[in-house]
Amino acid sequence: MHDFTPISALAGGALIGLASVWLLAANGRIAGVSGILHGLFSPPVAEWRAWFISGLLLAGLAWQAAGAPVPLREGFPLVWAAAAGLLVGFGTRMGGGCTSGHGVCGLGRLSARSLVAVIVFMASGMASVYVTRHLLGVAS
Amino acid sequence: MKALVSALGAGFVFGTGLWVSSMANPKKVLGFLDISGNWDASLLLTMGGAVAVTVVAFRSVLKNEKPLWSEKFELPTRRDVDLPLVAGAAIFGIGWGIAGYCPGPAITALSALSTESIVFVVAMIAGGLLHKAVTRAGSTVRQG
Repeated sequence: MHDFTPISALAGGALIGLASVWLLAANGRIAGVSGILHGLFSPPVAEWRAWFISGLLLAGLAWQAAGAPVPLREGFPLVWAAAAGLLVGFGTRMGGGCTSGHGVCGLGRLSARSLVAVIVFMASGMASVYVTRHLLGVAS
Repeated sequence: MKALVSALGAGFVFGTGLWVSSMANPKKVLGFLDISGNWDASLLLTMGGAVAVTVVAFRSVLKNEKPLWSEKFELPTRRDVDLPLVAGAAIFGIGWGIAGYCPGPAITALSALSTESIVFVVAMIAGGLLHKAVTRAGSTVRQG
């Protein structure tokens, strides 16, 4: 095992959990990013969605302004980025959630539906990276 | 207004967590999903840390009558495991494993203006709209 970063991984996870608790306690909403994003393109648009997404973007800007490292990937084929985006957008709508909605929040609510979704997308994610990286040799 | 600023703050903390944990780094994510090589298990702790917080705190939050700054809790009500859930999760996972981005990290990564994240997010929005169009067409056919 290399590049193992347990402290930052755990600390970041705790922040993600706290933010999800915050959104539920204050706004009564589940912090499922795919649902929040897709809701922006499905009128009538509830304003809070745009504010949450803006918060995600601001976090990235603040992170860079603080001089923290931003690991950019070089040379990943854009056609694969486009295909992956399409699959993620379609799949998260069809399955009603992603890593945050089913993962962080659904598991937090002890939802069996979300547990099934998490097991399935973890397994297909692992299979997918095996195929694209090792069988097809896509540089990622 | 309070509720909107609150949503902004929650998004900000959520996004910061994505950067701190390296979820916003697609190479790190692929290292986590790639169990055939030098597996990097770090992000398992990210998911574990996040769920440890929600599983404890959601329970006490939901004992409140209503949220601080809105009328009621809006929670998913479905409990059944159906084909769209499983197929959708599988399709999402395939895309996740190709690029190393899931929705939250892809959006916060936009702030670095990398071309791949812009292409990914535009395609992700299109994928969501495509699903909406397909299901709408399907329901019209069934009703017709």
